[in-house]
Amino acid sequence: MMQTVLAVTAVILSLAAAGAIIRISRGPSLLDRVLASDVLLAILGAALCIDMAVNRHLNNLMLLVALSVVGFIGSVTVARFVADRREQANES
Amino acid sequence: MNPEASVVDNVIDTVSAVFLVVGALMSLAAAVGLLRFPDLLSRMHAATKPQVLGLFLLLAAIGLQLRSWWVWPVLLVAWIFQLLTVPISAHMVGRAGYRTKHLHRELLSSDELEAVVQKAAQSARDESSRDEASDGGRRD
Amino acid sequence: MSRRRISLRQELPLLVWLVLVWGALWQDFSPGNLLFGALLAVLVARIFYLPPVELSGRFNILYAVPFALRFLGRVAAASVEVMYLAAVRGPRVINAVVAVPLRSHQDLMVTATGHVISLIPGSLVVEVDRSTSTLYLHALNVSSPEEVESLRKEVRSIEAGLIRIMGTREELEAIRQEAAA
Repeated sequence: MMQTVLAVTAVILSLAAAGAIIRISRGPSLLDRVLASDVLLAILGAALCIDMAVNRHLNNLMLLVALSVVGFIGSVTVARFVADRREQANES
Repeated sequence: MNPEASVVDNVIDTVSAVFLVVGALMSLAAAVGLLRFPDLLSRMHAATKPQVLGLFLLLAAIGLQLRSWWVWPVLLVAWIFQLLTVPISAHMVGRAGYRTKHLHRELLSSDELEAVVQKAAQSARDESSRDEASDGGRRD
Repeated sequence: MSRRRISLRQELPLLVWLVLVWGALWQDFSPGNLLFGALLAVLVARIFYLPPVELSGRFNILYAVPFALRFLGRVAAASVEVMYLAAVRGPRVINAVVAVPLRSHQDLMVTATGHVISLIPGSLVVEVDRSTSTLYLHALNVSSPEEVESLRKEVRSIEAGLIRIMGTREELEAIRQEAAA
């Protein structure tokens, strides 16, 4: 049964990753791209989780936490600089 | 192996299989929302939130599959990290998006923040013009 | 910055959390490891000084467990709703930015309420006014004034739940009077 689950989730996650990548390439603004790459990271995390559950090990858990921290720091940093740049552009 | 244990095993396997599939579907929901919603702020709802439930279900499936008690605190810590970080990054991106006018006003039924922002901008402008006036006075 | 001494009782929740993280990272909850973790936690809390979070000193577990369950249920229901909106409504969705004034003026309560609101899909904190403790939410699929009102009511009920769990006694008293009236 676990093999069918693996196949089904692999298809679902591939579709989701394709959607996120389309949004990254098309996204009208920088913030849209940041958001979409955040989702792509979350999909990678989901794939790691499914691997751990199907193969019954915990080796990826720290990788998962590190992944979510990287996504967090990345989007916060970009959001901050986007806001700063716009405000300065308005003033000048 | 006694038959009763294998029944329990089957139930646990089925439950965790359902959790895994629904958790993966949450990721798909995020991607569909990213593609179909019209502006940044509504995309953000779809992108960040279903992942909370998705990761919860996936971690619960891992816990069920490993069948030992000490993994639960580890999984709980991983989930709480996500609970703490997701709203912060969503708020930062949302705030930057609102300030840089990344939303379609015609899609809002009411906007109670706009008046406040306008008022703050107005008072800031008054302040700066008063400063300029006093500067000018000093120079003369 | 005033280096006011923080009492151990005030710091205890932070220390317990740090020890739990330490044990989880090593995946080892033996007494020796936990003791070393506690030592490190005290060291970290002393060296990397942060302004103390002002706790009210009470925590009611009897309210916390039902609140957590209701929170999970709401997250699940709202996730399905966002999924449905994304698939069916798509580009024609109508949103609103709503101002919600909160009762509590403590940073911790405002932060906690904002976190819970943000985690429930369909609403998102865009801006916080700290002086009046007002949250500005961006809400998905809100098109009529009645829906805005019901959203405001829901946020205030979440805040009431959080105050019952860990608010100060004065706030709790205010909630009780409001419920009785």
